[in-house]
Amino acid sequence: MIRLSSPISNHDINNLKSGDKVLITGTIYTARDQAHIRLLNEKNLPFPIEGSIIYYVGPTPKKEGFAIGASGPTSSYRMDEMAVPLMEKGLKIMIGKGDRSEEFRHEMMKNNAVYLIATGGAGALLSSRIKSSKLIAYEDLGAEAIYQLEVEDFPCFVAYDVHGHNLFKDRL
Amino acid sequence: MRFIDPSIITEAIKDSVIKINYELDDSLISLIQKAKKKERSNIASSILDDIIENSEIAKEGNVPLCQDTGVVVVFAEVGFDVHIDGNIYDAINEGVRQGYSEGYLRKSMVNHPFERVNTKDNTPAMIHLSYVKGDKLTLKIASKGGGSENMSTVKMLTPAAGIDGVKKLVLDTVFQAGGKPCPPIIVGIGLGGNFEKSAIIAKESLLRPLGDKSDDPIIARLEDELYDEINKLGVGPMGVGGDTTCLAVKINYLPMHIASLPVAINIQCHSARHIEVIL
Ligand code: SF4
Repeated sequence: MIRLSSPISNHDINNLKSGDKVLITGTIYTARDQAHIRLLNEKNLPFPIEGSIIYYVGPTPKKEGFAIGASGPTSSYRMDEMAVPLMEKGLKIMIGKGDRSEEFRHEMMKNNAVYLIATGGAGALLSSRIKSSKLIAYEDLGAEAIYQLEVEDFPCFVAYDVHGHNLFKDRL
Repeated sequence: MRFIDPSIITEAIKDSVIKINYELDDSLISLIQKAKKKERSNIASSILDDIIENSEIAKEGNVPLCQDTGVVVVFAEVGFDVHIDGNIYDAINEGVRQGYSEGYLRKSMVNHPFERVNTKDNTPAMIHLSYVKGDKLTLKIASKGGGSENMSTVKMLTPAAGIDGVKKLVLDTVFQAGGKPCPPIIVGIGLGGNFEKSAIIAKESLLRPLGDKSDDPIIARLEDELYDEINKLGVGPMGVGGDTTCLAVKINYLPMHIASLPVAINIQCHSARHIEVIL
């Protein structure tokens, strides 16, 4: 088990190996399809991208007394191409579910970033590890807007590491 | 003739969509627990634990099980001796509207393939009506997520492809889908009918009780064999590898044209949220 806190350094990235269980504490940002499309057209990104963590999620509406609604990962492959320019600007960790393209994996290794997966469909469990959420951009996108989350012991597994391992392929 | 007021349908849909999104059926949880006992991979095992813990947190805390609370699918079986005093489609959609708002469920429907503006109330539901004997109205209601739906397929095989052809298509589809549909999955298969009917019966097969088997011995055997062969693929929970790829295989079939063997494969994630209500 590896504990990580944001922001993420190159040293953190080098230490991660595919199959490792990781608990994240600190700040992560949400973004999925529509938010990525907009981020690519921004001159100034709405959050500090250097060393950052992006979580592919579109939560359910938040109830009174909760930090956020159910918040499990969405499939990452839809963000493969759009993730590349963000990694070039310093994005270090992406959290989602499912495998991604080989092109993505190579770009990821080139940019010294990693891809983690969280348990898909475990939206209630994962939301219990999110302590606060704050809308920071694209309110009109609703569930697809960008939120800044403060998380504590947010559980993930390393899927692709920088050493060339791929959890989805190595299993076979 | 029995008269049913549309407001009763609306109420049933509203209550059902809230309930299924907060609470997994016990039969599903016990299948996951059973799978966990046989699972040899540690990561896989820990993911199965997460899924069980998630269902407990959701139920106790009244939090939706998954952030994708899906598109609502309703199979409505209307008795010949039932008269609905109004528009059944409107009644169902009103139930969706109320349920998704009151239950704090995510609205995931957009209006158009390219404009993609959210309809803001999760309508319209996908509604399939049929007429059956009797004076009851049966509603089979599901909230179906996008991740597993996207990994589904319809293919027109030749009759000569036979059982082996069907098996190959199913195994390829599940393998290609990998972790994307949130395995462990339930595989719903529609054989026969024609192009569109095969897809509808595949979806309907997913609403069968988890423990049942097809009445037809050949089809029942195919369900069993596919269950074993899919679990030997090694995809595992969330695609990380392991012994647990599917929890059940369901096959429904219909007669078909002499030239065709339509095969539809509808994939259901472990968050299998559905219920049957008889009015
Ligand atoms: S595939 Fe199912 S469990 Fe996974 S995110 Fe979608 S709805 Fe949730």
